[in-house]
Amino acid sequence: MGTTPEGVHEEAAAKRGAFSSRQVFILAAIGSAVGLGNIWRFPYVAYDNGGGAFVIPYIVALLTAGIPFLFLDYAMGHRFRGSAPLSFARLRRGTEGLGWWQVGICFMIAIYYAAVMAWAVRYTIFSVNKAWGDDPEGFFFGEFLQAGDPGVDATPVWGVLIPLLLVWVAILAVMLLGVQKGVGASSVIFIPLLVVAFVILVVRSLFLPGAAEGLDALFTPNWGALTDATVWAAAYGQIFFSLSIGFGIMITYSSYVHKHTDMPGSGLVVGFANSSFELLAGIGVFAALGFMAQANGVAVGDVATSGIGLAFVAFPAIISEAPAGALIGVLFFFSLVIAGFTSMVSIVEVVISGVRDKFEMTRTGATIAVTIPMAVLSLIFFSTTSGIYVLDIIDHFINQFGILLVAVISMLILSWGLRVLPTFSAHLSDGSSIVVGAWWRILVSIVAPIGLVLVLGLSFWEDLKTPYEGYPGWMLGVFGWGGAAAVIVFGFLAAQAKWRDPEALSEIHFNEKGAKS
Amino acid sequence: MSGSAIVMMLVAMLIIWGGLALAVVNLRRSPDIPHTDEVSHEI
Repeated sequence: MGTTPEGVHEEAAAKRGAFSSRQVFILAAIGSAVGLGNIWRFPYVAYDNGGGAFVIPYIVALLTAGIPFLFLDYAMGHRFRGSAPLSFARLRRGTEGLGWWQVGICFMIAIYYAAVMAWAVRYTIFSVNKAWGDDPEGFFFGEFLQAGDPGVDATPVWGVLIPLLLVWVAILAVMLLGVQKGVGASSVIFIPLLVVAFVILVVRSLFLPGAAEGLDALFTPNWGALTDATVWAAAYGQIFFSLSIGFGIMITYSSYVHKHTDMPGSGLVVGFANSSFELLAGIGVFAALGFMAQANGVAVGDVATSGIGLAFVAFPAIISEAPAGALIGVLFFFSLVIAGFTSMVSIVEVVISGVRDKFEMTRTGATIAVTIPMAVLSLIFFSTTSGIYVLDIIDHFINQFGILLVAVISMLILSWGLRVLPTFSAHLSDGSSIVVGAWWRILVSIVAPIGLVLVLGLSFWEDLKTPYEGYPGWMLGVFGWGGAAAVIVFGFLAAQAKWRDPEALSEIHFNEKGAKS
Repeated sequence: MSGSAIVMMLVAMLIIWGGLALAVVNLRRSPDIPHTDEVSHEI
């Protein structure tokens, strides 16, 4: 062992960790893709961008950008057998910074994502006795978050701090268990559980009075929307943000997959499973919103919303008014918690894996070195009275000018700068149920970048024109633009550090499958 | 629900859930078998 390429790969799998089977990889990848965005973002985006007609741009975006980009990430990780920085460094030493940029993005996301999960944990319990009374909005921002004026304030909010600490303890425990027993096993348990809980929620919602009006609002097609560029940008944006592509997660996960696995076949299952859950969420959320509209004697459009407002303001109102509301509440928030947890695990794994590969650390050492500082920052920033404003700003900017920007740039560098797509398509097609041929190279090098540049451009223009949500300029500058720029600087500085084991970059570690065909 | 909403809901279900079913069937037909040269290598 250790001298033949086969031996090197087995040794690396034993050292870095690996998923025990294709099914575990697929569930972990679905666990990563299915997150808060599926539940609280998709339904409103679909409603707001043409309703039933949105199906068309959505499917087009899935097939022309989402799945092709997923394949690109798979090819990187599966061929180069490393975390995002290691895979980029093995591809071409000079591109390592892109990998660290992705690691930096994951670091930032993890620290605020945990806070939303902490809220959802609290709300699962609040649902039982409808602790928000008859003013869910006042309760959430006032009593629960104790949010003051936008700014930075260090007053701790114990009701958030304690569940947040528990979330981090749970994450630390799972990450310490390793790739198969922690990352893999958590999805193997939680994803089926999530589907069961959510199906019960949807069925319950469908029997509420007014549910049909909600679905009518969601699915009535507005065909005129199809000629609107912003609707197409919304479809590409939704697919992109929903699939966990372009920021290191899928590179990391596919590096843990056995070298003969049918990656494109697995990718189709992951891509369609993610969208399937989104459709289910859309039906459940709009059935519930239809009930709320009817109960208040208003149109569905008046109550339709997304994100934090949907989960922590609209849903509590529905829970208070609906028969068996506590059941709906517990299922809804519990679903948010577990959907968020498996995504959170994947985000933290990107950072742990990157640090581990670079500094040749043990699993335990790297997990502690990464997770503890993350948890401390998360507790400092997000368990205080100003937490929600900082969170909202970082979330917006790191998504647009972090994830989306690094995705577009790395896609263009891979396809046009380094021209690696022919090698990648041979690698993906070898032994696969799907021939990843010229169609894929055209989609990845031309169609997907056009779609994503459109999304990025519209968003950049919007943020230049009007300050995001009217926050003070200094907050947007520091946490928004500043945060997004800081991860880029971090990325290229981190790439300058020396590899503990320079042999790590050697070609002996490559998965040569398909390379010579 | 209006007729057009029902039709679009069914179309969405058919394409997305049907697509998932097809993807699963396709993957089940494609087991991960090592290539012949590597099988002999391991023997």
